Amino acid sequence: MPTQILMPALSPTMEEGNLSKWVKKEGDKVAPGDVIAEIETDKATMEVEAVDEGTLGKILVEEGAQGVRVNTPIAILLADGESADDLGKDAVTPPPARAQAPAEVHADQQAEGFPRPAATPKAATQPMPSDPDIPEGTEMVEMTVREALRDAMAEEMRRDADVLIMGEEVAEYQGAYKVTQGLLQEFGAKRVIDTPITEHGFAGVGIGAAFAGLKPIVEFMTFNFAMQAMDQIVNSAAKTLYMAGGQMGAPIVFRGPNGAAARVAAQHSQDYAAWYSHIPGLKVVMPYTAADAKGLLKAAIRDPNPVIFLENEILYGQSFQVPKLDDFVLPIGKARIHKQGRDVTIVSFGIGMTYAIKAEEELRGMGIDVEIIDLRTIRPMDLDTVVESVKKTNRLVTIEEGFPQSSVGDHIASKVMQRAFDYLDAPIITIAGKDVPMPYAANLEKLALPSVVEVVEAVKAVTYRA
Amino acid sequence: MARAATKTSAKPAPARAGTRPAKKTIPMLNDTPVLDIPKPEEFTKEQELSSFREMLLIRRFEEKAGQLYGMGFIGGFCHLYIGQEAVVIGMQMAMKEGDQVITGYRDHGHMLATGMDPRGVMAELTGRRSGYSRGKGGSMHMFSKEKNFFGGHGIVGAQVPLGTGIALANRYRGNDSVSLTYFGDGAANQGQVYESFNMASLWKLPVIYIIENNRYAMGTAVSRSSAETNFAHRGLSFKIPGVQVDGMDVRAVKAAGDMAVEWCRSGKGPIILEMQTYRYRGHSMSDPAKYRSKDEVQKMRSEHDPIEQVRKRLLDKKWASEDDLKAVDKEVRDIVADAADFAQSDPEPDPSELYTDILI
Repeated sequence: MPTQILMPALSPTMEEGNLSKWVKKEGDKVAPGDVIAEIETDKATMEVEAVDEGTLGKILVEEGAQGVRVNTPIAILLADGESADDLGKDAVTPPPARAQAPAEVHADQQAEGFPRPAATPKAATQPMPSDPDIPEGTEMVEMTVREALRDAMAEEMRRDADVLIMGEEVAEYQGAYKVTQGLLQEFGAKRVIDTPITEHGFAGVGIGAAFAGLKPIVEFMTFNFAMQAMDQIVNSAAKTLYMAGGQMGAPIVFRGPNGAAARVAAQHSQDYAAWYSHIPGLKVVMPYTAADAKGLLKAAIRDPNPVIFLENEILYGQSFQVPKLDDFVLPIGKARIHKQGRDVTIVSFGIGMTYAIKAEEELRGMGIDVEIIDLRTIRPMDLDTVVESVKKTNRLVTIEEGFPQSSVGDHIASKVMQRAFDYLDAPIITIAGKDVPMPYAANLEKLALPSVVEVVEAVKAVTYRA
Repeated sequence: MARAATKTSAKPAPARAGTRPAKKTIPMLNDTPVLDIPKPEEFTKEQELSSFREMLLIRRFEEKAGQLYGMGFIGGFCHLYIGQEAVVIGMQMAMKEGDQVITGYRDHGHMLATGMDPRGVMAELTGRRSGYSRGKGGSMHMFSKEKNFFGGHGIVGAQVPLGTGIALANRYRGNDSVSLTYFGDGAANQGQVYESFNMASLWKLPVIYIIENNRYAMGTAVSRSSAETNFAHRGLSFKIPGVQVDGMDVRAVKAAGDMAVEWCRSGKGPIILEMQTYRYRGHSMSDPAKYRSKDEVQKMRSEHDPIEQVRKRLLDKKWASEDDLKAVDKEVRDIVADAADFAQSDPEPDPSELYTDILI
C-alpha cells in the first residue's frame, strides 16, 4: 500500500510549518535517510528525511505552501511494484492521528484557561505516626547530639550490613566534627570510606550504590558544600523513583551540619531547610534534641527514600536526655510538642528551637503561656499538629535561621491561613534570618540571625501585649 | 575560527582505529598501563546473524520512533541512536549476566540491547501506562531492574558518578559484575566525570567507561569543544588506561569489550573505551543539523554503516541470501510495528498515577 509522508513535528512545540522546498520530484527514487524536502519552522529550516524506501509517487503540498499543519499528508511514497495509478482517494485523506494524540488533548485543556479540577487527582494523605511509648522506668542517659548521631549510625551499621558511610574525613580523621568517631575502628575501611573532596562526584557515587541496593550514609562536611551536589541530590536521588515508575529508588541519607556556625561568613552559613523541602521525592529532617537526632537518624537510615538530615554544628556539643533503649526509632514526619501552652503557638525546628525556648522563659514571666512545637521533620510536614495547636491558641509565630523569602515559615503561614483562617486572632509572624548574605563581623552576624528579643516582641504583638 | 575547526572535523575519523596496527601512543607521564587496541576477531555465522538482527532492530525501532514523533505521538525530547548501533550490540556480546548498564538520554538502543521489551519502551515514548516507567519517565528516563538497566539519565554526565556507584556496590558485595557506564563526547567534558574517574581508580572499581564519541556534542564538533580529542587519554591523570575503538565495526567493539570486562573482572579497576562512532540523525528531533555537511553524513552512511558491514560479510560468505536478510528485516519490522501499534493504543496513565511513586 502506498505510504503517506506526513508533515513532521520537528520540535516539542511545533504545530505548523512552511514547506519551503521539495528536494525530490515526483517519480524520484528515495532511500531511507534521503532528504526529500525542506521545512521552515518558527525556529529553523529543517530537512525532512525519508524513512522508507520507494518512489515519490505524488506531491500533495506544493513548494512554498505556508502554515502546513503537522501531520498533514505532504506526499505519497510508492513501494516497489506500485504505481501512481494505485493512489485512490483514501490515500490522501488526512489521518486524525494528531487530534487523538495526547499532546493535543493537553493543549485543548490549556486553551480553556484553567486545568479541569476533576482531572487533577488528590494527593494521598498518610496518617502521621506517633512516637513510640517509652516504657516506664526507662533509664535516661545524658548525651550530646554528636554522641547520639554516632550511636545511631553504629547501631544501624551493626544491624544491616548494607549500611555504609562515606564522606570527607569520616574515617581516618574520625570526622571533621567527630561525629563518626570510632566507626572506622569498629566497621573497617570497606564500610567507612574517606572520599576525596568531590561533593558532586561522591554524592552521585552514593546514589548509584543506593540504586544497586546498598544503603549509604553520605556525610557532607557541611551542607554548604552540598550545593556542588545539588544536581545529583535533586535530579538523581529525589526523582528516580517517580521517573522509574516505582521500579528503582535511592535508599540514601545525606547528613551533615547545616546553617550558620559561628563567624564563618556567607559561604559557610546557609540554612538549606527550605531549599530541600521544596523537592518532591525527598524527606527532610532537622532535629533539635539528642533523642530526636538519634531516633530520627535511625529512621532515616532505614527509610527506603532519600532523606536529607540537617544537623547543626552549634548543637553537636549540647547535651540532652536520651532514653536508654535497645532500638529507639522515631517516626519521620511527626512534630513533637516541646511544651504545651494556651496563649500562643511557636513553631520551630533545629537550632531555631533555642530561641523559642529562651523566649518562652521570658514570656512566662509576663504571664504568657506559650506552646512550642518542634517540627523535627520539614518534609513531609506535620501540619496537622500545627493546625490543631493554632485552633487552640489562635496565634502563631514561626522561627528559623534561613532566609526569609519562600521560607519554611512562609509555607506554614500559608497552610495555616488556608486551614485555620477563622481561628486566627492575629496575623502570623514568621521570624527568619535577615535577607542578607551572612556577614563575618561578630556584631553584624548577630544582627543577621533571629534573636530572643525578636521572638518575645513577635509573641507580644500577636497577643496584643505590645 | 569555527570554519577551520569544522574543516578538521569533516575528515572521516572513525573506522581507522580497528584497521590501524596497534600503536603505543600514550606518553609515559606516569605508570598508566598502555594497552594495545584489541584486534577484532572474525565472527561466527551465528554471531554475524545475531548482531545483524539486533542492530537492525534498533535501527527500525528508532526510525519508527522518529515517525511517531513526527505524528505527535511522542512528545518532548527524543534522541535517536541511528548510526551508533554497533556500540551497544558489540558491548552486549561481551557482557555476562549480572553486569549493569547505565547511560544518558540517547538510550533507546541500550534498552533494546539489554533485552527490554520493545513494546514497553515504545509505550514509554508515547507516555502510556504500560511504558517501563508507567508513562512518567519518557524517552530519557527508563529503567529495568530485571534487565540491570539503570537508566536513562537526562542530565549530561550525571550517569557517570551513578555508574561508578554501581561499581562500588559490586565491589562492596564482592561479586564479579561490571558496570558499563556509557556517555558521549559531550559529557566527557563535565567535571563530575573526572571526580568519578578519580574515585574509580583510587578504589579500583569494576567500571568500563564507554565514551560514545559520535563527533558532535549536540551541534558542537569535538574539535571545537574538547582540548584533548583523544578520549582514550582522558583517564591518564587518574592512571586509567584507555583505547580507541572503531565503533562502527561490531567485531571491533566486541573485541574491545571482551578485553575491558576481563580487565575489570580481574580486579584491575576502571578502563576507558572510546567508541568512534557517528550519529546520522540530529542531536534530537528538533535539530536542523546545520553544523555538518550532507556529504559527511552520506559518506559515513555509505562507507561505514555498522549494519551494512555485517550484511556485506554475510552475503560475501554466502552465510545468508538477500532473501534471508529480507526475512530478518521483515521479522524486525513486524516487532517494531507491533510495538508502535501497542504504544498508540495503550491508554494514558490513570490520573491517580500523578501522586504515586514519589516516596515508597
